[in-house]
Amino acid sequence: MAKDYVNDAEGHAALIEEVLAAYPEKSRKRRAKHLSVAQPDPENSTETEIASKCDTVKSNIKSVPGVMTIRGCAYAGSKGVVWGPVKDMVHISHGPVGCGQYSWSQRRNYYIGKTGVDSFVTMQFTTDFQEKDIVFGGDKKLAKTIDEIETLFPLNNGVTIQSECPIGLIGDDIEAVAKQKNKEHGKTMVPVRCEGFRGVSQSLGHHIANDAVRDWVFEKGEGAGAGYEAGPYDVNVIGDYNIGGDAWASRILLEEMGLNVVGNWSGDATLAEIERAPKARLNLIHCYRSMNYICRYMEEKYGISWLEYNFFGPSQIAASLRKIAAQFDETIQENAEKVIAKYQPLVDAVNAKYRPRLEGKSVMLYVGGLRPRHVVTAYEDLGMTIAGTGYEFGHGDDYKRTGHYVKEGTLIYDDVTGYELEKFIERIRPDLVGSGIKEKYPVQKMGIPFRQMHSWDYSGPYHGYDGYAIFARDMDLAINNPVWGLFDAPWKKADAA
Amino acid sequence: MTKMPQSADKVLDHAPLFQQPEYTEMLKNKKIKFECGHPDDMVKEIGDWTKSWEYREKNFAREALTVNPAKACQPLGAVFAAAGYEQTMSFVHGSQGCVAYYRSHLSRHFKEPASCVSSSMTEDAAVFGGLNNMIDGLANTYSLYQPKMIAVSTTCMAEVIGDDLNSFILKAKEKESVPQDFDVPHAHTPAFVGSHVDGYDNMQKGILSHFWKGETRVPSEAINIIPGFDGFAVGNIREMRRILAEMGVDTYTILSDVSDVYDTPSDGEFRMYSGGTKLDDVKAALNAKATLSMQEYCSKKTLEYCEEVGQETASLHYPMGVAGTDEFLMKISELTGKEIPESLRLERGRLIDAMADSQSWLHGKTFAIYGDPDFVYGMARFVMEMGGEPVHCLATNGGKAWEKQMQALFDSSSFGANCHAYPGKDLWHMRSLLATEKVDMLIGNSYGKYLERDIGTPLIRLMFPIFDRHHHHRSPTWGYQGAMNVLVKILDTIFDKLDTDTIVPGETDYSYDLTR
Repeated sequence: MAKDYVNDAEGHAALIEEVLAAYPEKSRKRRAKHLSVAQPDPENSTETEIASKCDTVKSNIKSVPGVMTIRGCAYAGSKGVVWGPVKDMVHISHGPVGCGQYSWSQRRNYYIGKTGVDSFVTMQFTTDFQEKDIVFGGDKKLAKTIDEIETLFPLNNGVTIQSECPIGLIGDDIEAVAKQKNKEHGKTMVPVRCEGFRGVSQSLGHHIANDAVRDWVFEKGEGAGAGYEAGPYDVNVIGDYNIGGDAWASRILLEEMGLNVVGNWSGDATLAEIERAPKARLNLIHCYRSMNYICRYMEEKYGISWLEYNFFGPSQIAASLRKIAAQFDETIQENAEKVIAKYQPLVDAVNAKYRPRLEGKSVMLYVGGLRPRHVVTAYEDLGMTIAGTGYEFGHGDDYKRTGHYVKEGTLIYDDVTGYELEKFIERIRPDLVGSGIKEKYPVQKMGIPFRQMHSWDYSGPYHGYDGYAIFARDMDLAINNPVWGLFDAPWKKADAA
Repeated sequence: MTKMPQSADKVLDHAPLFQQPEYTEMLKNKKIKFECGHPDDMVKEIGDWTKSWEYREKNFAREALTVNPAKACQPLGAVFAAAGYEQTMSFVHGSQGCVAYYRSHLSRHFKEPASCVSSSMTEDAAVFGGLNNMIDGLANTYSLYQPKMIAVSTTCMAEVIGDDLNSFILKAKEKESVPQDFDVPHAHTPAFVGSHVDGYDNMQKGILSHFWKGETRVPSEAINIIPGFDGFAVGNIREMRRILAEMGVDTYTILSDVSDVYDTPSDGEFRMYSGGTKLDDVKAALNAKATLSMQEYCSKKTLEYCEEVGQETASLHYPMGVAGTDEFLMKISELTGKEIPESLRLERGRLIDAMADSQSWLHGKTFAIYGDPDFVYGMARFVMEMGGEPVHCLATNGGKAWEKQMQALFDSSSFGANCHAYPGKDLWHMRSLLATEKVDMLIGNSYGKYLERDIGTPLIRLMFPIFDRHHHHRSPTWGYQGAMNVLVKILDTIFDKLDTDTIVPGETDYSYDLTR
C-alpha cells in the first residue's frame, strides 16, 4: 500500500487562509470552522489504526447562504437514499413535481423486478401539487392518490409518503392519511416527514427515514418476520444501496463465507427484508452515516449488535471479512480465509495491471456518506495518494473515523463551497478528483481527470473483489485517457515556447 | 485460479458481470428465499393487464396520482433563462436541496457545469422568513462569484411562507449586500403553478422589467428574439444566428443566449460564465420594434409585457421542419424588411430533396410524441409534412389552449385524421396509449426509454432532458438544416429497426437489403 506518502500540511494550511480571504467577514468566520488540515494524533499507533486527527472541523451545521453549497436536502436523504431503493413499495413524492422529477432514476439503485408491475424504483410517483392543494391542503389528494395506486399497481406491497417542503408548512396530517389507508388497504403505509427545509443537509432525512422504519414498519408488527426461524448465520447488510450493483458484489462474498443475508437495506430490497431484519443475528453496516440510527435501535430493542465494515479495496475487504467472521464460529472464520485466498490471485492480477499505471497519482475526494474515508484505502491499494477529502453532510463521528484512514497533512473540507473546491483543486492540481455530477464538468474543464463517486460515473459495482477490478479499471481510464493531452492547441504551445 | 466471473484481463462491469452464472444463481436464490415477492404467473398476468384497454380506461380515470410526468418545476426554467445573460448567477431563494437538483439536472443533460446558488433556508427561516438568508446570501454570492447580475427566483418553500423578493432585495441593498446600482432582477417561481416553461417565462419577464421599468422607449428597427426553454439550445441558437446572418439581419438581440454557457471548451480553464446576452443589450432591447418568441408557451407573460411597453410581438411553436422554418423566416423578413436570400431557398430545397428521396420510408409511419407544448406542436407538424401520422401527442404541461391548437393542426391535413392531443397527461398514460394503439416510433426524451423497454416502440430523443445519449444538443433541430438532422434521426431509427427485424441468417435475412 502507498502508506509512506506525506502531505504538505503547511501548504494546505496556507491555502485555506488564501481561500477564506475571498469571503465577507461574517461568512469567513463561519467557513473557517469547516476547513482544516488533518493533525497528528496523540493516539497515533498501528494498534488503533489511527493515522491522524480530522475531527477538528465543525460539521453538520447550517450551510452559509449564497456560497454554492453542494449539499442536498432531507427529502433527498429519505426518498433518494434510504426509502427510494425499496423496490416493491411505491414511494410518493408528495408535493410539487420537481423533487421527484430531478431525483427520478438518478441513484442507480439496481434491482431485479418488473418495473411498473411488482417493482417501482425507477418510476416517479407524485401528487404534483397545484396552487389549490397548497391553499386547501393536500390530504384528500394524498388519500385519493393512494387509492389510485392500489387500483393501478395492485402488486405494490406498501406505500411511502415522502414529504416535500410545502407539506410541513401547510399543516397537512399525512400520518392520519397513512393510518386510514393502512386500515382500508391492509398494506404498510409509511408517512415520512422529510421536508427539504428540515435540518441542514441530506443527513436529517436519513435519520427521519430510519425513524419511519422504526415507527411504521417495526412497530406495526412482525410482517414477513412472523414465524421466521432465525439461523445462526443470519445477518442483515445495512446501508448498501446497490449502486451499480454494489450490494450484489458484496452479498456474493458474504454468502461464500457461509453467511445468510436475510435482508439488504435498502438496495434491491423488498419490504419483507426490512420486516424480517429484527430476527437476524448481526447487522453489518456499510454506510454508517445514513443508517446507524436504526442499527442502534435494533441493538437496543432486539439485542442485535452491529458492526461497521468496508468493502472498498482488497486491504479493507480482507480486514472486514476477518472482522465479520470473528463474530461467528471457526467454520465461518475458515471460510473467510478461503474467500480471501480465492480472490487473492484476482487482486494480484488487478494490481499488477493497474498499479504501475496509477502509482503515486494523487486524489482529492468530496462525497457524502461513507466514501470520503472508505475509498481512501482502495486508492492506496492501487498506489495512489489522498491529498484532500471532505463530506457533504458528515457529522463529528464521521470525521473522527476519517482519522483512521487519512494521513496527517491531508486537507479536510466540510460542506465545501463551489468556490473553495475549485480553488483547492486549482492549486493542488491532483491527478484525479472524485466527487459528484455538479463538480465533474468544472474539474474536467481544468484538465483534471474526474470520476463521479456517487453514481460510480455510470459504472460499478465498486464494492467487493469484483468491484475492485472495475474501480481500478475506471481510475486508470479516467487518468490515462489521451484527451487530457489535447487541451493545448499546438500552435499555442509553440507560442509559449 | 478458481473459476470466477471477474478477471483483470477483461474487467466486466455491471452490464456483463451480473449476467454471469455466479450472480444469476445468487439473485435467483435471493428472490426465492428472502424477497417474499408475488408468484411469477401473477406478475405476468398483472403485467399483461397493464397493457390492456381495460387498464387504459382505469389509468385515464386517474384524478390525483401523477406517474412519470414529462415536466419539471418553475425554478428550473428560471435558472435556465437567467443562465443566458452575461455573467449572471442564479440565486434561488428557499431550500438548498432544490438548487442541487437543478444543477444536477442541467449538467446531466448538457454535460456541462451549471452554476447556481441557494439562500439555504432551513426551519428557522420557515418560521421567521428568509430575509437574513437573502442579505447574507447576496453578499456572499457577490464576493465569491463576482457576477454582473444576480437573478433571484424562488423554491416552493419560500413561496408557501410568502417571502417578498422585491422588499427583501431592497433591504439587502440597504444592508450593502450588493451595491445599490447592482442588478438583482427577480421572479417568483412557485413550483406548484405551471412548469419549467412558466418559470422560464417569469424569469424573462423579471429580467426585462428590471431593466426596462421607468425607462423611455425610443423605437428602433431592431428586433428581440426569445428562444424559450430548449434542450437543443446550444445547436439551435447558433443555427438561428447563422440564418439571421444569411439574411443580413444584424440588429437583433437574443434574450437569454445560453449557447456559449452550456458549451464551453476544454482548454484548461473552467469558465463559470461564458457568453450570454450583454446587459447593455438587454437595456437597449426596450427600444426594439418587436419581440419574437420561438416558443409561445415559454413567453406568454413576457410577450404581454413587451406589448405593454409598445413593442410588436409574435410567437412561433418551436420552428422545426419546413413550414415551421418558413414561418420563422417570413416573420423575420416581415419584421426587418430583409428579403429571404437565395441561399436559404436552396437550403430549403435540399431539405425537400432529402424528404422526397426518403418519402417511401416515411409515408404512413405512425408516431407518438411527448414533451413541452411548443415542441410537440412543431414536431407533429414536421411529422405530417413527411407523410407521417402523429397519432398520440402528449404534453404534461399543456392545457386546453394547446389542445385546441393541436386539433387545428391535425385538422389541417389528412395525415392528422387519427391523431389526438393529450394535455395534462403523463408517461404512464402514454404507456397505455402505446400498448393499446401501437405506433411505429416514439419521440421524446430519455425517460421514454422505459416506454421503449415496456412496449418495444423505438425511441427518438429530441426533447430535454437527454441523459443517456451524448452531445445531440450541440446540433440544431431548428431551421432547414436542423430539420435535416431530425429527418436523418427518424430515418436511421426506421432503417435500424428494419435491419434488426431481418437480421437472422437464413431465416429473415432475405429482407436484410443492402440498398434501401
